[in-house]
Amino acid sequence: MSNARTFDRGTVEHVAKLAALSLSSEEAERFTTELAAIVAHVDELASLDTSDVPPTYQVCVPASALRPDVVVPSLSNEEALSQAPRQSHGGFAVPVFVEG
Amino acid sequence: MFDSIVRLAESVRSGERSAEGVATETLARVDAREPSVKAFLHVDRAGFLEAAKAVDAKRARGETLGLLAGVPIAIKDALCMTGVPTTAASRILEGYKPVYDATVVAKLRAADATLVGKTNLDEFAMGSSNENSAYAKVHNPWDLDRAPGGSSGGSAAAVASRMCPGSLGSDTGGSIRQPASFCGIVGVKPTYGRVSRYGLIAFASSLDQVGPFATDVRGAARMLQVLAGHDPHDATTLDAAVDDYEAACEKPVKGLRVGIPREYFGEGLDPEVDVAVRRAISCLEQFGCTVKPVSLPHTKYAVATYYVLATAEASSNLARFDGVRYGLRKEPDRDLRNMYGATRDAGFGPEVKRRILLGTFVLSSGFYDAYYLKAQKVRTLITRDFEKAFEEVDVLCAPTAPTTAFKIGEKTHDPLAMYLSDIDTLPASLAGVPAMSIPVGLSASGLPIGLQIITPHLQESRAFAIAAACESHAALQVGAPTKFA
Repeated sequence: MSNARTFDRGTVEHVAKLAALSLSSEEAERFTTELAAIVAHVDELASLDTSDVPPTYQVCVPASALRPDVVVPSLSNEEALSQAPRQSHGGFAVPVFVEG
Repeated sequence: MFDSIVRLAESVRSGERSAEGVATETLARVDAREPSVKAFLHVDRAGFLEAAKAVDAKRARGETLGLLAGVPIAIKDALCMTGVPTTAASRILEGYKPVYDATVVAKLRAADATLVGKTNLDEFAMGSSNENSAYAKVHNPWDLDRAPGGSSGGSAAAVASRMCPGSLGSDTGGSIRQPASFCGIVGVKPTYGRVSRYGLIAFASSLDQVGPFATDVRGAARMLQVLAGHDPHDATTLDAAVDDYEAACEKPVKGLRVGIPREYFGEGLDPEVDVAVRRAISCLEQFGCTVKPVSLPHTKYAVATYYVLATAEASSNLARFDGVRYGLRKEPDRDLRNMYGATRDAGFGPEVKRRILLGTFVLSSGFYDAYYLKAQKVRTLITRDFEKAFEEVDVLCAPTAPTTAFKIGEKTHDPLAMYLSDIDTLPASLAGVPAMSIPVGLSASGLPIGLQIITPHLQESRAFAIAAACESHAALQVGAPTKFA
């Protein structure tokens, strides 16, 4: 089963939108060619029978590690904002995104 | 004479040398060598000298100094250092100065190491040649026309050119081991969870692991001793006791069963690498190890599995770079989505975009089962290969990379060919087992060749014993590049 042929310019544009990447037309064209070749290589996984194989969700960790729910000091508001390109009223400033 | 980490630390601890004197000499070497190697993105002169003076002051007060007293260590620029520019070699983090130290950085400081600065890498650690840095290309100290490997190329080149005796790297699919091999030094990827990832700018969180580079095996062992252990800031760190890795270097290797995975010696292996690795294995036989062939049958699926899982995790991790909290911001109009898109398009380089696109694709509706879930299952098969092999042998020995260092620019036109060159390092990353690379020879044209030593989970000590034995054998010694000796 190969999905390589489904990887076309439209796929790149759709995926770029999902990933919040504004690509130029040249970039979209180049990535279509390069990614189609990579996806074709990845398609070799389909040849393996994995019907009885569980997926790996944890590496080396037997179970979720939980710590006691104790509040400890964290970054101050000033420190957390110190690297922000724009800030306002003690928070991160972004363009308006709710109409109203 | 260039001192190893252990020798240097002991001379500072005993008062034979001052940390400030060591730091001054180090800066002189950096000034002389950096123009041709370009290992650093930022040399933290003031912070480095200040730390050295603080070590000397501590000794003067009669306090006991740490295991890395006065040892200059370079830090891969994917690790946060308070107040010091940290970019992950990306335009999107230009000007970013972290407000906290990565746990590994804090641990080095606590051991009285002095931190030279931040080393170059492939952008967000994505690459195998350091050519994906948004800022500069690093040159391999053994041949300046060649790549140092990647992604921790700057950290490897800084040590190989003897600007400093140790550095930190991070390894997601080989980013410590492959540059260690290309640069003729020791590089260790610990067990997944052995070392904290807190403060490491995340690429693929189920694979990323911080580890040391050093000019010799004992230096790497001492560094890992300092770095390893549980961290409340990283829930994936293991709460297991930390071995005495330096003592492990003295352990005899007689009777250890060494497995030779046949899949690592097939098509694409440079004959000179083959010969050098087999010579190292025969030296281990002289030390009383028994050698037997083993099979890791799913090795050929490692590249496909890795590039699905690592890119999927990257697409999620790199969603945080959106122009809001740190780094670059492009605001073409008053629209939030356009701000995200423009910021990310301007801030990320081509390889990062390629991986974000691939990772988003394999997680997207309609493709998740065929790619992401499938790869998670194949990851289980690759892990089982190692478990089965380790029922028969104590350690696996193989090439670290199928070739010696390639020329800068040689592979940049073909991303898939670059990915395929990672075949020897990816399986251990997927299985989470520790693996290290040590130099065991030079090619006819004078390029280093690395032996990869892979052991079961948390058995770093066994790998250090094997590595130290190899290092002691006269036939396997590599040394420094002549022009940087």
